[in-house]
Amino acid sequence: MNKIAERPLNGDVEDDDEDEGNDGREAWERTYAEDRSWEDLQEDESGLLRPIDNTAIYHAQYRRRLRALASTTATARIQKGLIRYVYIVVDLSKAASERDFRPSRMAVIGKQVETFIREFFDQNPLSHVGLVTIKDGIAHCLTELGGSPESHIKALMGKLECSGDASLQNALELVLGYLNQIPSHGHREVLILYSALSTCDPGDLMETIQKCKKSKIRCSVIGLAAEMFICKHLCQDTGGTYSVALDETHFKELILEHAPPPPAITEYATASLIKMGFPQRAAEGSVAICTCHEEAKTGGGYTCPRCKVRVCELPTECRICGLTLISSPHLARSYHHLFPIVLFDEVSPSQNDLHNSFPNTCFGCQQSLLSQGNKPGLSVTCRKCKQLFCLDCDIYIHESLHNCPGCESSRLSKSISSAQ
Amino acid sequence: MPSAPSKLYSDDVSLLVVTLDTNPFFWSTFSVPFSDFLSQVLAFLNSILLLSQLNQLVVIATGCNSCGYVYDSASSKNHVSPTASMPALYSNLLHNLEQFVARDQKLSKPDHDTRGIVPASLLSGSLSMSLCYIQRAFRSGSMHPQPRILCLQGSADGPEQYVAIMNAIFSAQRSTVPIDSCYIGSNNSAFLQQASYITGGIYYKPPQLDGLFQYLSTVFATDLHSRAFLRLPKSVGVDFRASCFCHKQTIDMGYVCSVCLSIFCERHDKCSTCGSVFGQAQKDVTSANSKKRKA
Repeated sequence: MNKIAERPLNGDVEDDDEDEGNDGREAWERTYAEDRSWEDLQEDESGLLRPIDNTAIYHAQYRRRLRALASTTATARIQKGLIRYVYIVVDLSKAASERDFRPSRMAVIGKQVETFIREFFDQNPLSHVGLVTIKDGIAHCLTELGGSPESHIKALMGKLECSGDASLQNALELVLGYLNQIPSHGHREVLILYSALSTCDPGDLMETIQKCKKSKIRCSVIGLAAEMFICKHLCQDTGGTYSVALDETHFKELILEHAPPPPAITEYATASLIKMGFPQRAAEGSVAICTCHEEAKTGGGYTCPRCKVRVCELPTECRICGLTLISSPHLARSYHHLFPIVLFDEVSPSQNDLHNSFPNTCFGCQQSLLSQGNKPGLSVTCRKCKQLFCLDCDIYIHESLHNCPGCESSRLSKSISSAQ
Repeated sequence: MPSAPSKLYSDDVSLLVVTLDTNPFFWSTFSVPFSDFLSQVLAFLNSILLLSQLNQLVVIATGCNSCGYVYDSASSKNHVSPTASMPALYSNLLHNLEQFVARDQKLSKPDHDTRGIVPASLLSGSLSMSLCYIQRAFRSGSMHPQPRILCLQGSADGPEQYVAIMNAIFSAQRSTVPIDSCYIGSNNSAFLQQASYITGGIYYKPPQLDGLFQYLSTVFATDLHSRAFLRLPKSVGVDFRASCFCHKQTIDMGYVCSVCLSIFCERHDKCSTCGSVFGQAQKDVTSANSKKRKA
């Protein structure tokens, strides 16, 4: 909610016309009009104003999201596209300078793409991202497919200027050219952040869409203006998702939905065994010349097990022998997608009364589960180990930890779960 | 996903969560009795609380059938001692620990230990619980003490806990909670080495157990802020090699399934984890290509 703090990054000059375009309200009025701070208050029994207890609402939203996720992965064998090759297409046409997002669509896109790229590599350590921009009707490849988040973010931040028209066809053709070269086990995806309401193409866009479909590229579009038929058609045909952002927070939500790996479609990428090397970290004092920077470095490098060359960072591809080099933690980072923990059941306070042995505290964090007035509040329980958790722990366990502390700390429930 | 809380609190107040290995199968075979070990650890825990009156201490017991909280310095009942002869920390902790060990023993199945194999302690459970507790401290506002985890572990790694422990490590890394580990068993623990390396904590294997208190107080008692000024033990290299799913061998080169990222030491036709068939579709592609060429 810090909209005021984010003054225009690059649009200080246009501050004057921005003021005019705001229904003639003063700056101090606008703060209240935008934040709607009165909606966060409610009256309690004695007529006092209190901030609304948001936790229950947040929790309900989170449960809905989780359930939606669970229903898509309900199939018996979970196969996820864990090795992804994603091109992010950023529309930098004239429409991206619109100020319906604060400070402008372009600045919002820049900021959210940065968060997305970091989150993406956190969840998909073996995947690659490339950036493409559309400007003046021409698509331009900003960064090639690569595994380093910093280089992508730096390149995008340096190029945030917009002009001219957008062209879907040019962007898709460019991405098609690049994605046709990647190995067949990779999942090809395009994520288009589209600000314009038109596309200015040199040929037949429908043909390009068919080509994308044939090359098994999953195209998704997030619109920033209004729904467009051609985008919807593109997404439907190629198996992607189409959504239009309402505001910045919604846009962030939509873009982050693309961070976890999508369920794998067997026709889209073939399963194959990839030969990989697991280099050991060299001792702290040793000196070697690394192949990535071509400099002599002291300690902290990794040695390719096949050709014994030194590299600085993992994951990477050996420059000499082409072996994919990763460390086992990189692989383990993706395992929680394959072994997700089950959704916890909600326990209503009345049910708690029936249990005589109600523990009163959350199993995870030992916080009291009693709400005000010593009445048992809302809590959740794991289906396997039957331990009770508070709502905060529920969210933490499902969104970050990916372990059920109850099941992990009981050998009995563990052996049952492994037997299943 | 909730973002990592900002670290505005640069003071030297710490929240130390200690996981204590109480695996009876390990202690019965180990050279040092548990009571000697515990007396040195208790002195260390007391010194943590004495370093600053704002310091918080939580002790979680890691059994071989269950895990449980045995001490929390924040809870009010731990400030008064039931007996006047002993300080509150000792009497409450020992009382809870006794209860825990008795309960843990009851949970064990009678037919379990027939082969004489030492079962691993449930480190994944106690790590998960400590992280949940630390998240609660993060939620309490911006003025929270600096949390860290110290694993006092003796029994060997349990390979079946690998995924769960890695999940806990990554979650700790995301919320910048260092995991320190003091391993007293005979061989190095690969799990704890990785945990400490990834989260930026200290891994230390004391060479002599007579002076355990000395090691604990010099290496693990310092708060995160003061660590920058000390010469603490450096890591001697971390084993990042993976173990294959088929033979549990440690390998430095292997094959990885592109669908589920399972690791194998040799070529297979079918993935045993996710059931994908390898190479089948690729053959189709090549045959399609050759057909095209013919046409």
